[in-house]
Amino acid sequence: MLNGHYKVSYRDDVKIFQTGFVKFWLFLFLAFCLIFPLIADRYFIYLANLCMIAILGAIGLNILVGYTGLISIGHAAFLAIGAYSSTIMMNRFNVPFVLAVPLGGIMAALAGLIVAIPSLRLKGLYIAITTFAFGFIIQHVIVRWDSITGGPDGLTAPPVALLGVSLDSDSRYYYFLLVLVILLTAFARNLFRTRIGRAFIAIRDHDVAAEVMGIDLVKYKILSFCISSFYAGIAGAAFAAYLKFITFEHFTLRLSIDYLAMIVVGGFGSILGSIFGAVFITLLPEAVQTLTDLVREDFPLLTTRFAALKTVISGMIIVLFLLFEPEGIYGRWKKIKAYWTNWPFTY
Amino acid sequence: MTDSSVSIFVQVVFNGLAVGSIYALVALGFVLIYKATGVFNFAQGELMMLGAYFCYTLIAMVGLGYILAFLLTLILCFLMGIVIEMAVLRPLVGKPIFSVIMVTIGLAVTLQGLTSLVWGDEVHNFPSFFSSEVLSFHQVHLRPIEIWVFFSTLMLVIGFLIFFKRSKIGIAMRGTANDQNTAMLMGISVRRIFSLSWAVAAIIAAVGGISYANLLFVSPDMSHIGLRAFPAAILGGLDSIPGAIIGGIIIGVCETLAGAYLDHMLGGGVKEITAFIILIIILMIKPYGLFGKKEIVRV
Repeated sequence: MLNGHYKVSYRDDVKIFQTGFVKFWLFLFLAFCLIFPLIADRYFIYLANLCMIAILGAIGLNILVGYTGLISIGHAAFLAIGAYSSTIMMNRFNVPFVLAVPLGGIMAALAGLIVAIPSLRLKGLYIAITTFAFGFIIQHVIVRWDSITGGPDGLTAPPVALLGVSLDSDSRYYYFLLVLVILLTAFARNLFRTRIGRAFIAIRDHDVAAEVMGIDLVKYKILSFCISSFYAGIAGAAFAAYLKFITFEHFTLRLSIDYLAMIVVGGFGSILGSIFGAVFITLLPEAVQTLTDLVREDFPLLTTRFAALKTVISGMIIVLFLLFEPEGIYGRWKKIKAYWTNWPFTY
Repeated sequence: MTDSSVSIFVQVVFNGLAVGSIYALVALGFVLIYKATGVFNFAQGELMMLGAYFCYTLIAMVGLGYILAFLLTLILCFLMGIVIEMAVLRPLVGKPIFSVIMVTIGLAVTLQGLTSLVWGDEVHNFPSFFSSEVLSFHQVHLRPIEIWVFFSTLMLVIGFLIFFKRSKIGIAMRGTANDQNTAMLMGISVRRIFSLSWAVAAIIAAVGGISYANLLFVSPDMSHIGLRAFPAAILGGLDSIPGAIIGGIIIGVCETLAGAYLDHMLGGGVKEITAFIILIIILMIKPYGLFGKKEIVRV
């Protein structure tokens, strides 16, 4: 009955909810998300919020890297632009929060437009290096342009309110982020059912062939950069308003690498994979912390050099996933699912 | 121009040459791996740092003599290069470029973390090979190490040019870079060539790292020099050995000149990003660098 999904039309193939089963569990999961802040500890809500911010950024990066095949090592720069521009707008011009977040996204998208221009003639490695250089330049601009960005001292974000409701507690911010994540995930999921998203995929698979098919490479590459940086900008703005304090140290090369790690770990070119990866990479330091606490007595050096240990583990995770599960957690998930649906047959 | 402003200019250029030589060494490592295996190694700066740390440990902690420690470091780095290639890079041969880029980034992060895990985050002074006496000609002051760095880079590059032109292994490496299948048909062991190019790149990185440590110090931040050497490699062209040295020196000199003349005009910070601005401009107008070969894409 269930071995394999037979589709007789393209309409079936691009349906968001492939089966009623998926729909059922998704709604159950959403219901769980809604009551989560009521049952969870404040610390877990805090972690969930960080995860959701990471999900926004990771989906954005996956649109650019996983779906369009343009490798970016400068994602942190777009987060920084979103974070700083929204905070500056709120601080200086009293822009309401509900506008500052999308405006942060738009500022990042404009920056994406600028980065896209040198990238049009380039591919693969060369784009990676351009975005890398851009990330470095933005970081230095933040440090040096201290009249606007506060320089090394950082910026403090004002308390935020949404439509009259103050988002002062972790659980209130949680609901705000949840809405944001659901909206943007749905947008991304639908994007790849449209001409635009399919054009991105065609460019990833073979750019010259895509152009021959009538896809305007310039237009779609720029669009991909803009959409991706818009997501990053939103994530940055949400991050700044949540932590209330940002410095350039939040947006270093390491953050860009962490976002790339989310894609590798979660799954290249998959929205669900971005979510898995974002949660995994965000919770990884917590897991490492818990484990080192267990062996603190035996290895006191591990506590003093905890930051280094975290670095080693996140590097190893990237390498090991690439070597042993290149499709990431999403790939593994698909395999497990196929195993259960097909059992007792192997395919 | 007054006499003293000329000598300041000359001084800045010479300092730039010394820094540029180190960039050139790191860029040479990029080029070597890229030329043979088609991989851009983001961990080159980390290999450089490890070379410096190995040498530092052998001299300051084990207590070996300079020459012995230097040679032992080169051997260790040679082996490390082979191990990294076999364990991490080989399984990814033929995989999409994203995986290959990501694996070297992952490697860079791992090595970075391991270094601060093992040696800590402190800055160590490197026991200098050279006297700290400053040589002066007409108000231009140079440390012997700066001259040594410049000439050793030059020697290494000339050596590698000859190696690639004349020696059997060098020709095999070029053949592998050109077309792996044909190289295999010609009886070249492509696997050996891959390992070898990583090993040689690790050695070059170690020489660069030890030179840098002699100029300044040893610390986990050293690997940033690898990031600053990207522009050098791109400027020269990723598959060109003379390009690497010329690119490295241009970047080094531009950077110190910008630091000396533009920094106080624009309020500081220009020095750090000059290289990256040059990089973006180069990528916009001449993506394959000054000496790189243009790749032709067919559908």
